[in-house]
Amino acid sequence: MNLLSDPRWNEALAHLPDYLGNHVRVSVAALALGLAVSLPLAIASRNQPVLRVALLGLASIVQTVPGLALLALFYPLLLALAALSLAWFGFGFSAFGFLPAVLALALYSMLPVLRNTITGLQGVDAAILEAAQGVGMTPRQSLFSVELPLALPVMMAGIRTSAVWVIGTATLSTPIGQTSLGNYIFAGLQTQNWVFVLFGCLSAAVLALAVDQLLALIEDGIRDRSRLRTAFGGIGIAALVAATLVPTMARSSSSYIVGAKTFTEQYVLSALIAERLRAGGLLATSREGLGSNVIFDALASGDIDVYVDYSGTLWANQFHHTDIKPREELLGDLKSTLAKHNITLLGELGFENAYALVMPRRRAAQLGIRTIADLTSRAATLSIAGDYEFFSRPEWAGLQKAYGLAFRTQRQMQPDFMYAAVASGEVDVIAGYTSDGLIAKYDLVVLDDTKHAIPPYDAIVLLAPKRASDQVLREALQPLLGKIDISAMREANLRAAGGDGASSPDAVARWLWEKIGKQ
Amino acid sequence: MPTAPLIAYANVAKTFDGGRVVAVDDVSLEVAEGEFLAVVGGSGSGKTTLLRLANRLIEADRGSITVEGEDVRRADPIGLRRRIGYVFQSGGLFPHMSVAGNIGVTPKLLGWSSEKILARVDELLDLVRLDRAHYRDRLPHELSGGQRQRIGVARALAAKPRIVLMDEPFGALDPLTRDALGDDYRSLHRKLGLTTVMITHDMTEAILLADRVAVMRGGKLLAQGTPAELSASGDDYVGELLRTPRRQAERLGALLPRDGAA
Repeated sequence: MNLLSDPRWNEALAHLPDYLGNHVRVSVAALALGLAVSLPLAIASRNQPVLRVALLGLASIVQTVPGLALLALFYPLLLALAALSLAWFGFGFSAFGFLPAVLALALYSMLPVLRNTITGLQGVDAAILEAAQGVGMTPRQSLFSVELPLALPVMMAGIRTSAVWVIGTATLSTPIGQTSLGNYIFAGLQTQNWVFVLFGCLSAAVLALAVDQLLALIEDGIRDRSRLRTAFGGIGIAALVAATLVPTMARSSSSYIVGAKTFTEQYVLSALIAERLRAGGLLATSREGLGSNVIFDALASGDIDVYVDYSGTLWANQFHHTDIKPREELLGDLKSTLAKHNITLLGELGFENAYALVMPRRRAAQLGIRTIADLTSRAATLSIAGDYEFFSRPEWAGLQKAYGLAFRTQRQMQPDFMYAAVASGEVDVIAGYTSDGLIAKYDLVVLDDTKHAIPPYDAIVLLAPKRASDQVLREALQPLLGKIDISAMREANLRAAGGDGASSPDAVARWLWEKIGKQ
Repeated sequence: MPTAPLIAYANVAKTFDGGRVVAVDDVSLEVAEGEFLAVVGGSGSGKTTLLRLANRLIEADRGSITVEGEDVRRADPIGLRRRIGYVFQSGGLFPHMSVAGNIGVTPKLLGWSSEKILARVDELLDLVRLDRAHYRDRLPHELSGGQRQRIGVARALAAKPRIVLMDEPFGALDPLTRDALGDDYRSLHRKLGLTTVMITHDMTEAILLADRVAVMRGGKLLAQGTPAELSASGDDYVGELLRTPRRQAERLGALLPRDGAA
């Protein structure tokens, strides 16, 4: 198929006003906040060597924290602050999305601005400073009419660097719930939709270049004292912000928000739920690519309205249970635990997406391995790969304990690459997901968990506290409950990983709905 | 009865680095109204520190300094600097401001109207003999060293000061420019009735331009007076400083024909 006639370009384009608008808003807000804090600090520290060293050191340390981690850290921090604020002052705020993204990005933007402002001000010739004093300027007059104008080119270079950094790093704010151009990249990576990945990267790059050039125009204008160019640059930036605000403003704010974690199945299910809500006459938007640790809190605090989680995940990770119960019993317990948090467990979708140890069928036969217990004696010569969270999850600890597993090496991988890796012999065993369509595609086999070390993972629909008695929502979702069996979900997941025009989550969700409807 | 001095230093001392470096050591010196005083000394003699004490770019440790009859310690330093002209070594022009902006900087700080500033800028460009229309909007980097220093002088004179302090103003210029600029300034000094203190390391320049010369070394004032009075000083260092111009004059007299075409 011709690359340019791929229908996914149009689909990507349809998301652009929303993603770009949010991206610009969060970037501009972060940059403005960063400047408002770092410029006065840099100016205040110009005659204070100790403060200067401390500031630059602090900013450098912040810079060494990976962008994704910095953003992720702000979420629990704000969550705690919001709880404190609610307890002390009687009002809370949303620790989800915009606020943590702006704060983390603002912090991230500070180093270039601080460093260049300080360097620029220090670079002003001592003889010029003396002349400013000698002609009778006050320190303030010297700062504003001599030092800052002379430091401006260096300062602007810092501001431009920082703008480009912020726009680039803002793509990482997707997992904490801030819609951004990163939605393309995260969704694209998960669903092997390279058109989306490319589209996200390109649009972020174009945005960064455009802002950089507008800032350059303002810089030239200020330097040459050309009001025209300064005004053009300023108007350009204002127009950019305004243009991206309009489509977002026009959208209703009262729509239902459907959350999705960072893997293919979640994208498909959230698309399906959003479509069902729309079919039921409700407004719905998806908030995709949310981190596992973020999404439950986001639901509990009402930042999202509905999402699909898995019973075993909540049981072990969220509520820290180490005992494993039979399927029905665990669901019952979970339902009452969730009710204490005012969260509604609406029901099961009908399939399980459990962690499972998976090997190529032929290799397993050669080694005579059918169950996990068979692995125990051979593990020391084998390697295992899992997703980014598997090896720190309680299930892994449980597996190791129950079977005495100790592999030669363990590696972390992007989930969609694991299957190809195990099929090609790159690794020997992977911790895959039972609902993954790639198990059938690569002719892999799921090893039996005879000791029941892995808890059951029924896919369950959760509703936010404020939607507990929302009958329209319940009715819209009712047709999904119990209807999606493991084979349907596997096939949907395989389609979504197809990497062609029919593999977008929306398209697969439509296919899945038709399939359910025929049953 | 002589008029009160316009600038008077009385037993002034200044040290730097917590007393380790003695810059000015018990100096008493008076500058009369309308006088042109040159302070001569080598590097580290304390001459520049002495100059800067007058407009409080540096604060004295001991002694008193009066300007126009007022103790500078009681004066507002900003106001003091605005009413004393100051010419910096190699100009000290603000590189991001036009010639007009540089010249008009002190009047602007004093709140003059922009028409009055523009008129004053043109007047000063005439005074330092630079074409108004040609130079007004130039930036300092477009000018030669001599032109920059003329702008430096114009800037010092902009707010019509009675006193002008000059810190090695012509040191970095080539001999011809330096000579022309020195002469031009000397006539401005007389025409405008200024009181001028000029720092220089060049005794020849000091003798040619100033009414009186003060000699400093190691923070101490060794001698002061007219060139003739200095000649009578018994100080070895002063004698050594005077030997150079004297020898130059003799050799030039011998080498150059008296009625040459030059």
